[in-house]
Amino acid sequence: MSDQKSPVDWERLEAKPEFRALISKKARFIIGATIFFMSYYLALPILVGYFPDLMKKKVWGEVNVAYVFALSQFFMAWIMAFVYVRVATRWDKSAASVISDQH
Amino acid sequence: MSISLIMFLGFVALTLLITFWAAKKNTGASAYFAAGRSITGWQNGLAVAGDYMSAASFLGISGMICFSGYDGFMYSVGFLVAYITVLLIVAEPLRNAGKYTMADLLAYRLSPRPVRAMASLSTLTVSTFYMIAQMVGAGVIIKRLIGLEFAPAVIGVGILMLVYVVFGGMLATTWVQIIKALLLMAGAFLLSYLVLQYHDFSFTNFFNAVSKADYAGTAEPKNLLEPGLKYGVAVAGPWGPLDLVSLGLGLVLGTAGLPHILVRFYTVPDAKTARSSVVWAMAIIGVFYIMTTFFGFGAATILKKALILTSDGKPDTNMVAPILAQQLGGELFFAFISAVAFATILAVVAGLTMSASASFAHDFYSNVIHHGKENRPGEEVKVARITAFVVGAVSIGIAIYLGPSVNAAFLVGLAFAVAASANLPVIIFSVFWKRFNTAGAVAGLSVGLTSAIVLILLSPNGLFGKAGAIFPLENPGIVSIPLGFLAAYLGTILTPRDLEAESKFAELTVRAHTGLGAEKATAH
Repeated sequence: MSDQKSPVDWERLEAKPEFRALISKKARFIIGATIFFMSYYLALPILVGYFPDLMKKKVWGEVNVAYVFALSQFFMAWIMAFVYVRVATRWDKSAASVISDQH
Repeated sequence: MSISLIMFLGFVALTLLITFWAAKKNTGASAYFAAGRSITGWQNGLAVAGDYMSAASFLGISGMICFSGYDGFMYSVGFLVAYITVLLIVAEPLRNAGKYTMADLLAYRLSPRPVRAMASLSTLTVSTFYMIAQMVGAGVIIKRLIGLEFAPAVIGVGILMLVYVVFGGMLATTWVQIIKALLLMAGAFLLSYLVLQYHDFSFTNFFNAVSKADYAGTAEPKNLLEPGLKYGVAVAGPWGPLDLVSLGLGLVLGTAGLPHILVRFYTVPDAKTARSSVVWAMAIIGVFYIMTTFFGFGAATILKKALILTSDGKPDTNMVAPILAQQLGGELFFAFISAVAFATILAVVAGLTMSASASFAHDFYSNVIHHGKENRPGEEVKVARITAFVVGAVSIGIAIYLGPSVNAAFLVGLAFAVAASANLPVIIFSVFWKRFNTAGAVAGLSVGLTSAIVLILLSPNGLFGKAGAIFPLENPGIVSIPLGFLAAYLGTILTPRDLEAESKFAELTVRAHTGLGAEKATAH
């Protein structure tokens, strides 16, 4: 690997417009996704703790809103992971092209 | 000799063979600390799951759901959602910019000695508390399952774990986790299958029974699907709901700061594999925690109260899953679940010892005391092995001293709270905030660490018991996590800018986001 023999000009790489674009794309996605999943997740203990009557409403036989909402968190997490992997695979290509002249 | 003991000895024999195999491959620090970075995505996913699904989650959660219903299930939800934080924020930058420990990432552009010393202290604190909790749990469970007394059981677990870690290093520890995760999943599947069979494979029947759970006619029916049996205002008082929110916050942010989970991402070849291993872990952990629905709630519809109470009439939460296995599958299945519980404890303590000794040897000994230079080749690995002995001996000693009656949930809660309040804020700031400096990192780590410990000591689980508690919540996260972030922020902006740290931010950013110059897998 060339980066271990000759020193890498990190400043130059960091200043590349394509790297800046990658970072801002990543930041936008990660901040947005974090706000979404934290709100969705924290809504569960807040609703369960402070609005128990709403959460005790039955939706399917004996199954209530509280259980359905809790179960939905699992699927939310899996969908989130699926979406992240798809997006991150695209970032891998941009990242590779940023450092392509280093090899 | 009981069947459980035979099954357990089978597991021990298999893992010792793996340790023997791994010991022959252990050449050099990267092999010892990071399994040569040769673990694949699904293997590491299983190992992460194995490291994470402790006895507390298998035995503790099924017991908690059986007695407190829905509120116990809230733990199951939090344990999975926590991995989104790991996936989005921590795993890839850590793999790209670090070497063996969490502190590598922090020390990248900050002044290494103070930062590594504090990060190592925080790692050792989290690992030791977590380990004592597992050891105490091990002693109690082994006594019930196999009939060995508390002290010899704890010493036995301690010695086995040391053999894995000292001789087998990260490679043996990883394979112990993988086997344990597979056994645990098999046990959980079978248990869930038998519960559903008991209810004629009808979800309607199952949920109907849970909504009128009467412990096989031995108690007043109660609806376990309704929230509030543990944290509701009627049970826990006015602070209950806030405690539940605080618990959720601690779980979801604590996981991404647990040192024994973080070091797992150094065992894979690159950040892309680190990512796929989190996804594998999420699939396994998610399925496992959904299944707690069946063997947690289900236990309350099948087991008689007398079977799951201790001799003085208190809920015996740790025994719910094994007793359920006994009732539904007979002695052989009871033996299998007992052996799985034993394997679970052993695997988790091995992972904890591994991360604690790596942090002491790599962060404290090599970098703080010896300024990052190895005097003799192999010295770091040697120090790690000695540290493993010391950490193991200290935890065995403390666990025996505290005895079987100490509250294990209290110790695990403490570990999560410290991880979320001390470790996570500084990890996030050092990767995403250019201005962040050494003073901020030291402030964040020390305030996060002390505030979490002090609040737990003052909580209803702490020094003064329920009646004399000064801090009303059992879970300190809602206060200590913001304090950790605030201290890291204030410590940074109230001290002069560190231009050297800021100039290295470009390097860290490029490394973290492209993987350029990341540690490579060693050929083997």
